[in-house]
Amino acid sequence: MNEALLRELIPAVTSVLVRRGADFATAEDAVQEALIRGLATWPKDPPADPKGWLITVAWRKFLDATRAENSRHAREARVEAEPPAGPAENAADTLQLYFLCAHPSLTPASAVALTLRAVGGLTTRQIAEAYLVPESTMAQRVSRAKRTVSGVRFDEPGDLATVLRVLYLVFNEGYSGEVDLADEAIRLTRQVTSMTDDEEASGLLALMLLHHARRAARTTPGGALVPLGEQDRSRWDTELIAEGVAILQAALARDRLGEYQAQAAIAALHADAPAVEEIDWVQIVEWYDELARLTSNPVVRLNRAVAVGEADGAQAGLAVLEQVSPVVPRYTAVAAYLREQAGDLALAARLYGDAARAATNLAERDHLTRQAARLHEVLRG
Amino acid sequence: MAKYLLLKHYRGGPAPVVGIDPMDRWAPAEIDAHVQYMRDFAARLEGTGEYVDGQALSPEGTFVRYGGEGQPPVTDGPFAETKDLIAGWMVIDVETYERAVELAGELSAAPGQDGKPIYEWLEVRPFLTDKPAAAE
Repeated sequence: MNEALLRELIPAVTSVLVRRGADFATAEDAVQEALIRGLATWPKDPPADPKGWLITVAWRKFLDATRAENSRHAREARVEAEPPAGPAENAADTLQLYFLCAHPSLTPASAVALTLRAVGGLTTRQIAEAYLVPESTMAQRVSRAKRTVSGVRFDEPGDLATVLRVLYLVFNEGYSGEVDLADEAIRLTRQVTSMTDDEEASGLLALMLLHHARRAARTTPGGALVPLGEQDRSRWDTELIAEGVAILQAALARDRLGEYQAQAAIAALHADAPAVEEIDWVQIVEWYDELARLTSNPVVRLNRAVAVGEADGAQAGLAVLEQVSPVVPRYTAVAAYLREQAGDLALAARLYGDAARAATNLAERDHLTRQAARLHEVLRG
Repeated sequence: MAKYLLLKHYRGGPAPVVGIDPMDRWAPAEIDAHVQYMRDFAARLEGTGEYVDGQALSPEGTFVRYGGEGQPPVTDGPFAETKDLIAGWMVIDVETYERAVELAGELSAAPGQDGKPIYEWLEVRPFLTDKPAAAE
């Protein structure tokens, strides 16, 4: 059994413990301990029934923890060694775990940490590595998150929108360390989609698949960003694109449009065009109009300016840009691009330089610096 | 979450707001209290899940550069009068820029002589991440 399969069992095992009467925080710790033991011992000594093994070991860990606490407080043992039969775990319980881990009382970072551990089955060390913080810091983030939700009833109705937002955040973190968070986000979103039959969950899954399909083409081997229009389309994963488009079409057919479906529709129009010249920019602008009705996020209006620039010419794009606040991230980069399209190379070069200094990540900064350098070279003649 | 560097300068920041003697003129108990404050601050941030790293630097440093093909590196310094001298840093991982500023303000209140805050200027610098978000 590989690690990914082992991780898939984690939410079910936690739900079994909670169903048997364990409190979520202690149960989750116990399952994490069982998971770490599984990771260490299974490669040499794989159990016949992995889930049964995890439940048994986690339940024992839970009893140990409860006994230790009870003896500390000199109370009577609350739980007997023999586990009550309890109902088997089911999909509804797993979905409840998602709701709990993305509870609105949690900060986004806490919800992400708790979701990756309790539902994703990642170890604290793996999560810490992915987010480039010490393991002790991540451990604290997890335990604070658990304290925050300790008063929440397990069967309380949950908010799917917060779950999807957490999964979107995980996806966007991408890849660093041994765990690929984009893969992980896709796996968890698939699970949520199968449990909820919700259009926006499907929309988010489609969006992730369509972006993920282009990942290999997004950067050069040296790590430099490749803009969408210049990407080698033969390196896009056509299977993922087809799957994303199919999931999106099924969701759109149900006529309950949401933000993720609209974003996925835009991604699909990019991914589906056989060549960059054949992108249907008019339709993309229409989707941005839909999106602007669904969200007040100013980034949508900024991106709409780019799409209008492609559909109706740079001057039209610049006119739309005038309606966008200059404090929106990447405003200057978009202005630089549209100015170049409009033929004002000197201004575009200066704006690319300004945009590079305002960039929040290295790959983008270097990309914008190269754009400025390219125009300066043209201007020198 | 975003990572910020809280940079501590021996020299080079804006003018100090209170006159402070060099630390070696403080009473030993004042030094102890100052060091303890820094430790407690870091421990508290570990507890809130916001701590990444903290290091102190010796004031003695040397400039080094490539010496050319087949040549050893060229060194220069140490310079006693360098305008900007970095004393150390703390790296935090927080939800917002406002939180980073709030924490820098608290760290700057470390006690000095007579247990009074030293009002030290700290420089707050955002880290550049490696890559843009995957869905952009």
